[in-house]
Amino acid sequence: MTILRPQTGAIPLPIPGPISRPYWDGCRNGVLRFQRCLDCGSATHTPAQLCASCVSTNLEWADSCGRGEIYSFTVVWRPATPEFEIPYVPVIVTMEEGWWILANLIGCEHDAAEIGQKVEVEFHAVTGGTVLPYFRPLSQ
Amino acid sequence: MGHPFRDVAIVGVHNTRQARVIEGHDSQSIAMEASLGAIADAGLHPRDIDGVVGGLASNFLYQSRIGPAWRSLSPLGIPAVLEAAMAIASGLATTVLVATGEAGSYRNHGSTAPWTRPTNEFVACYGMFTAAEFALMARRHMHMYGTTPQQMAHAAAVVRNNGSINPEAVYFGKGPFTAENVLASRMIADPFHLLECATTSEGGTALVLTSADRADDLAKDPVWLLGGGTDYYGPAYQHPPVWDLGGHRRSDLIAGNVGRKAAEEAFACAGLGPNEVDVCEFYDPFSFELIRQFEAYGFCGEGEGGEYVTSGVIEPGGRHPLTTDGGTMSFSHGGASVQLFQRLVRGVQQLRGECRSAQVVGAEVAMCTGGGSGALFTDVALLGKVRP
Repeated sequence: MTILRPQTGAIPLPIPGPISRPYWDGCRNGVLRFQRCLDCGSATHTPAQLCASCVSTNLEWADSCGRGEIYSFTVVWRPATPEFEIPYVPVIVTMEEGWWILANLIGCEHDAAEIGQKVEVEFHAVTGGTVLPYFRPLSQ
Repeated sequence: MGHPFRDVAIVGVHNTRQARVIEGHDSQSIAMEASLGAIADAGLHPRDIDGVVGGLASNFLYQSRIGPAWRSLSPLGIPAVLEAAMAIASGLATTVLVATGEAGSYRNHGSTAPWTRPTNEFVACYGMFTAAEFALMARRHMHMYGTTPQQMAHAAAVVRNNGSINPEAVYFGKGPFTAENVLASRMIADPFHLLECATTSEGGTALVLTSADRADDLAKDPVWLLGGGTDYYGPAYQHPPVWDLGGHRRSDLIAGNVGRKAAEEAFACAGLGPNEVDVCEFYDPFSFELIRQFEAYGFCGEGEGGEYVTSGVIEPGGRHPLTTDGGTMSFSHGGASVQLFQRLVRGVQQLRGECRSAQVVGAEVAMCTGGGSGALFTDVALLGKVRP
């Protein structure tokens, strides 16, 4: 069995843009952030200029509690590029605040992912010091 | 109001040779070969063209000195053909070439093909590529409806077997496959095994459209555009591929059934429904997408696609023969855009009755599609033998 862990190779790294920079700054400080609409209260991700629910431009950054549950997953055996160690497990997580995020699952066996599994965010520095959010199953 | 495409006909189609590697060509040269082939297929002279769609078709415009001419850089595939038809219907052009090709751009297979790998900051660092994106959609459907790996593998086997008997397919002679063979191939992105995924290859393809009055004088019977539609949720591979991702257009439309609105529009324009479709030339990037499309377009109910594709309807001789040349899994996946036209090319060949394999006898209506749920878009076109 393989225990999933953060990638250590020269994977492609995010290049923050003007809209997404606060998100990646949050990761570097160990906080998962999303955008909250000041008009309708809805959450938006990925970082945007418009609220996905009401098209308001009145968005502010909020801190997530970091917990959610697995919405879907896949176990990848043919890496996108050779730098990725296999297997790795992309997951979509439904966050408690009502938004979806894509990341990789770590801290469990590769065939342990289940839809509905409770997970929480964990930050890891990868190459070049970039900090990425990963998700780990919450112990029962 | 009359039918919007009543005065527009598809009169020429051509696939160049498709192969894993086409020596002596680059994308421009293979697209030129496709262009000349489609013009010849139509019985036209290159100087009859007065409009082009696509960056590589612009090379034809330049070399042939047909300018000044109408040009579009429409997204390739069905939207490009719809735009060509609109240009002719509105009088901006009379005879339009739509062409593309790819050769020499993906020869080192250490990484997955460049067109499968998004560069977006929220997905690339997690090793996402098309198979993984589409797998996240498939897994959710399995969870919701109990769709099985065997059902998905069966759909893939049917399409691959169409390719195995098609002398023009890159994987001609590879097969036949059973669902068990498909499930025994190595895993790529769970639940997709190797034989459930699109291949990679090289080649060119092109279509020529003209006005109905010109089409009457040409050698081959015209094929008519009965209807079309395009459904997009935004750029692919940025937002996670969430089955339940909705928009605000209509509460029942979600990314999981992307293509439903496009199909409804196409069927309404054509005055037809799924029961009238004789050939389903569905885009086949991954096995699950075949199941999903039968649900999205209304051939069966939500969650019933797995049973539907294993009920005998999609095989040659069934009511809705599926992707009859072998599709991207066996015929060809010639790059970033070539394969997005080839469902249309095959649909035209089926309605003309000129397929060298898996010809559907008496086919009058073909449904051709492109895209897929993992990419958050789906395009639909209905082709017919009878002028609308």
